[in-house]
Amino acid sequence: MLAKRIIPCLDVDGGRVKKGINFVNLVDVGNPVDIASTYEEQGADELVFLDITATVDARTTMRDVVRDVSNRVFMPLTVGGGIRTVDDMSALLKAGADKISLNSAALARPELISEGAQKFGNQCMVVAIDVKTDPTTGTWYAYTHGGRKKMEWEALAWATEAVRRGAGELLVTSMDKDGTKSGFDIELYKALESVVDVPIIASGGAGSVQDFIELFAHTGVTGALAASIFHFGDITIPYLKSALRAEGIMVR
Amino acid sequence: MIAIIDYDAGNTFNVQKAFNYIGIETVLTADPAVLLRADGVVLPGVGAYASAMATLKERNLMDTIYAVVDRTIPLLGICLGMQLLFDESEEYGPTAGLGLIPGVVKAIPNDGNLRVPHMGWNQNRVHNDKSVFRDIHEEYTYFVHSYYVDTDQQFITTTADYGISIPGIVEKEFVYGMQFHPEKSGVVGLNLLRTFGDIVKSVKIT
Repeated sequence: MLAKRIIPCLDVDGGRVKKGINFVNLVDVGNPVDIASTYEEQGADELVFLDITATVDARTTMRDVVRDVSNRVFMPLTVGGGIRTVDDMSALLKAGADKISLNSAALARPELISEGAQKFGNQCMVVAIDVKTDPTTGTWYAYTHGGRKKMEWEALAWATEAVRRGAGELLVTSMDKDGTKSGFDIELYKALESVVDVPIIASGGAGSVQDFIELFAHTGVTGALAASIFHFGDITIPYLKSALRAEGIMVR
Repeated sequence: MIAIIDYDAGNTFNVQKAFNYIGIETVLTADPAVLLRADGVVLPGVGAYASAMATLKERNLMDTIYAVVDRTIPLLGICLGMQLLFDESEEYGPTAGLGLIPGVVKAIPNDGNLRVPHMGWNQNRVHNDKSVFRDIHEEYTYFVHSYYVDTDQQFITTTADYGISIPGIVEKEFVYGMQFHPEKSGVVGLNLLRTFGDIVKSVKIT
C-alpha cells in the first residue's frame, strides 16, 4: 500500500534555509544541499522548498538551489514562492524541480493552474492553500499574506476549483493552527477530502508525534508537512516514523 | 554510454542527474546515429501520452527506437516512457503506442478512498524471481501517475498495491519499463539504475 508521506518544508531566503518565528526574526538554519541530504538520510519522503526571498532578482538564486539539491538528493522536490508564469515554472523544472507549488499567484489568476497543467501535466501542479476561519461567519476562507489577507474564495470552493483547473495535489495549511503546536485541523482535512479526490498534504499545527498519529488515523490525507519541529530537532523523522509504524500507519 | 532520448520529457534532466551521480555516463540526444551507437537507451517521460507519441513521431524517433530494440540494445522506459512501450493508451481516447510489449494503458479506477494521481512511495512485490531487478522485493519506490499498464503476467516483474495491482517493473527480452521514478526513489532507485547499467555492460560484452 501507499505509504503516508512525511515532508519537511524548507524556507529559502537568498540561497540559505531560514526559519522565522512568527514571520519575523529569521534564523539561518543552513545550506539547502546539506539540509536536504540530512533529511534524505533521515527518511524524509519529499521536500518542499519555499522561496521567501522578497526581491525579484533572487529568482536565479532559487534556480541554483534547486539545481544543486537535485544533483545530490534523489527524492521528489516541490518548489513554491513567487512563481507567476509558465516560464518561471519551466525554469525551475529544468533546474530539477518535480512539482511546482502555486499559492497567491493562482488566486490572483486561476488560469495559471490550467496553463501549467497543460504544459507539464497535473502531477506537476500543487496548489497551496492557506486556510483560516473567517471570524465573522465562522467559515473557512483562503487567505494570503501569512493569514492576514482574506480572499473572496471559501476554502472548499477554491480547493474544488483548483482541482478542476488541473491541480494534481493540494498542500493545505491551517492558519488557525499554524505555529500553535496544538495538532492538525482534522475537521478541515475531513471536509476537504470529501470535496476533492487528489492527494492532500496537511500542514500547520504539528507539535508532537501524537498529532501526526491523529491526523493519519482520522483523515485520508496522504502526507504531512512541517518545518520548525524538524529543523530544530523537536521531533526526528526516524522517531516519528517508528511511532507511526507502531500505530499501524504505513510509512516507508 | 547510455543515451537518453531527448524529446522534451519533463524528467529527462533528473534521470540524467541520477545516472551521473552513480558514475554512469549518459548523453541526451535525438540523433538516430547516436542512439544506435549507444550501449543502452532510456526513454524518459511525464505528462500526456498522445503528445509524447506525437513528439516521438515528429522527430522520427519511432523507427530509431524499433532499430534499437532490433539490435538488442537494452531499452528502459521510465514512467510515461514505460507506458509508451505498450500497444495503446485509453488516455483521452485511444492512442497507439510503440507496441514493443503487449498491453493497454488504462485509467486507475477512481473509487472510494483512492486518490488519483497515485502519488507517493509504494511497496513493490516481486513476481519474477529470475529478474535482475528481483532485489527490490518489499522496497518502496516513488510513483506519480493516473494511468497504469494492463498486461500479461509474463511481462510483470513487480507490482504495487493501490486498490488494483499496479505493474511497477515490466520486461520483455531487452525492453524494460519502470512505472515509478527510479531517479526519485532514493538509494533503492539509484540501485535499479545501476542494475540497468550492469545489463547494458553485460549485453555489450556478449
